[in-house]
Amino acid sequence: MSRPAQTEKFQNPVVQWIDERLPIFTMLIKEYGVFPMPKNANYLWSFGGMALTMLIIMIVSGVVLAMSYTPHVDMAFNSVERIMRDVNYGWLLRYIHMNGASFFFIAVYIHIMRGLYFGSYKKPREILWIVGVVIFLLMMATAFMGYALPWSQMSGWGVTVITSLFAKFPLIGDGLVTWLWGGFSVDNPTLNRFFALHFLLPFVILGVVFIHVWALHITGSNNPAGVEPKSEKDTLPFHPYFTSKDGFALVVFLTVFLGTVFFAPLALTEFDHFKAYDSMVTPPHIVPEWYFLPFYAILKSFVYDFTVVLALLAMGGLLLAFPAAYVFFKGDKKKRDMAFMGLGALLGGLVLITLLAIATTHLEQPSAAAYLKVVIIPAALQGVLAMFGSILLLVVLPWIDCSPVKSARYRPIYKKCLLVLLISFITLGYTGAQLPEGWPVIAGQVATLYYFAHFLVILPYLARKEKTLPVPNSISEDPCCASKGN
Amino acid sequence: MYKKSLPLVLAALVAFSAPAPAAESVAPPKQHWHHQGVFGTYDKASLQRGFQVYKQVCSACHGMKLLSYRNLAGLGYNEDEIKAIAAEYTVVDGPNDDGDMFERAARPADRFKAPFANDKAARAANGGALPPDLSLVVKARHNHEDYIFALLTGYQNPPAGEEGLPGMSWNKYFAGHWISMAPPLVEGAVSYADGTDASVEQMAKDVTQFLAWAGEPHMEERKKMGIKVMLFMFVFAGIMLAAKRKVWAAVH
Repeated sequence: MSRPAQTEKFQNPVVQWIDERLPIFTMLIKEYGVFPMPKNANYLWSFGGMALTMLIIMIVSGVVLAMSYTPHVDMAFNSVERIMRDVNYGWLLRYIHMNGASFFFIAVYIHIMRGLYFGSYKKPREILWIVGVVIFLLMMATAFMGYALPWSQMSGWGVTVITSLFAKFPLIGDGLVTWLWGGFSVDNPTLNRFFALHFLLPFVILGVVFIHVWALHITGSNNPAGVEPKSEKDTLPFHPYFTSKDGFALVVFLTVFLGTVFFAPLALTEFDHFKAYDSMVTPPHIVPEWYFLPFYAILKSFVYDFTVVLALLAMGGLLLAFPAAYVFFKGDKKKRDMAFMGLGALLGGLVLITLLAIATTHLEQPSAAAYLKVVIIPAALQGVLAMFGSILLLVVLPWIDCSPVKSARYRPIYKKCLLVLLISFITLGYTGAQLPEGWPVIAGQVATLYYFAHFLVILPYLARKEKTLPVPNSISEDPCCASKGN
Repeated sequence: MYKKSLPLVLAALVAFSAPAPAAESVAPPKQHWHHQGVFGTYDKASLQRGFQVYKQVCSACHGMKLLSYRNLAGLGYNEDEIKAIAAEYTVVDGPNDDGDMFERAARPADRFKAPFANDKAARAANGGALPPDLSLVVKARHNHEDYIFALLTGYQNPPAGEEGLPGMSWNKYFAGHWISMAPPLVEGAVSYADGTDASVEQMAKDVTQFLAWAGEPHMEERKKMGIKVMLFMFVFAGIMLAAKRKVWAAVH
């Protein structure tokens, strides 16, 4: 996309003088004045700006809170209460910061869903998308560490549960956890480093957001039609059209946010967050903040250890797959060789980890039956890998879904599958908050299965087989958008 | 009360975050509280009565270490009254210039006097159970005020055949039902300064409101500011919508 070069001189001599030396005004006009936006971009395109606003609100309120906070296990909880009671407007700062995290995630989740629905991750926006996933990961790390700082029951036990997950990694696990904790339990060094990192990471996020916006301004925004603007008829200048539109959307969003801060500040918080951390008293039910629940549910969905018996069964299955592949790809030698190579790699990997597990296990009374029960991948490690994998999958999404049609508007089946994905995600959010027993476990497992199937099976299949609807030639010719205008 | 004043939050998010209550607990019945809702304020007369209940009953075992006597201004007491209340207590201060600790009457700036020297002393005096600090107790329990009120009024005879450990009481609303705290409120346990009849229910209601205030002393200020902020935001949103419509009028 070409952007008109800014050549005219500024009327104001001071502005002109500065701009000749540091063309900041030229840059602002180019990127936020005349910058061409697809004219059909709807209100879902306002959530990126909202997320950035929340980031700034979080940094400003956070820095001021840090001035009155004490990162010490004996004082942290009371220092937060001192902020709530004695610091001028401390209660306001803290409730803004607490609920701000939730609203930051609300904005970002809608922003991500928008991207999934309208195919904003596709060519030419792959890097823009990946940088976005990095921001999401950094946000999760920052929010997790921030949750630790009041050193409440939920803080201390949340940190214990989540950091202990790293102990599930074979060989390096225990050392890794000791390194993360800075000791042999969750204690003062843990709180200190979490505070340092919680202060640092938001500025890292700000830097990565800059790269995200930079990449956005190279490719320009996607739009509901999913076709790139072809002429000036398809676009409108950012100012005043989208400054006014995003501005209105932002004020509505902030109204909901402030309504929560002032009238329901604890609506999204667990009651155990108001008890000081006690390492001797485990709360009956440890749950993370709501925005982590879907991923927490994925973690909890894995309940069976992968043992040598199961590995042998899987190896048997793979061996049977060789003749099957031979028959299936009879006509195509190249594809057959590819299939053989893939199956061979799987089989080899399986044999390798099985042998590794047996070699590193010390059995008191070695017997065939005992060896069959040796655990190769414990359920908890499967859960940890799946939880991280569920987010890392998003990094390769542009290559998983290689359908040339971007917008779900013209992909009838993809649209339905995406709805099921949303329902699965909300189901995971619900089951993540429940005790790990009864039907929520099954519901969580089904939803987890769909989450992975959606990305690993359905998307590659749809990319090749889906019958898409005709895509408009240009944004102006899109009947659906032309009538509405926005 | 927090969940009730929730018209502004997406209902879905509440469903998301709603915690599963601990096993074996009975949901406390909903009560009406003077301070709930967008315009709700604390009932100062009730707070003062509630403080009297805390002072004469609860404080024998439960501390409120996050509160100072000066905070009682929030209950409507004036400076002299607060000085007089504080002076009823003796606290240890020091060391003085000779290096000795000494006792003196408490001042408004002092924290509420703790009933026990430390947690171990508290446990020793209470059959091994630790009476929790009450500064934040309303925020730190599921169902908040409703639970505290239900707990204080929920003592009953145990179901036939159930036998608790000696010194334990049966409470309908306590998780697991057997609680170390003996029924704290009995008819006429305090004689209210304002002449209100001190029924168990009245005392429970008053002390619950006092504890709610103790956990959230800036609530009234928060709501007052919130109403102004909301009015500003509604007007602001209206102006932004008008501006957006005017700008886009030519495009439509």
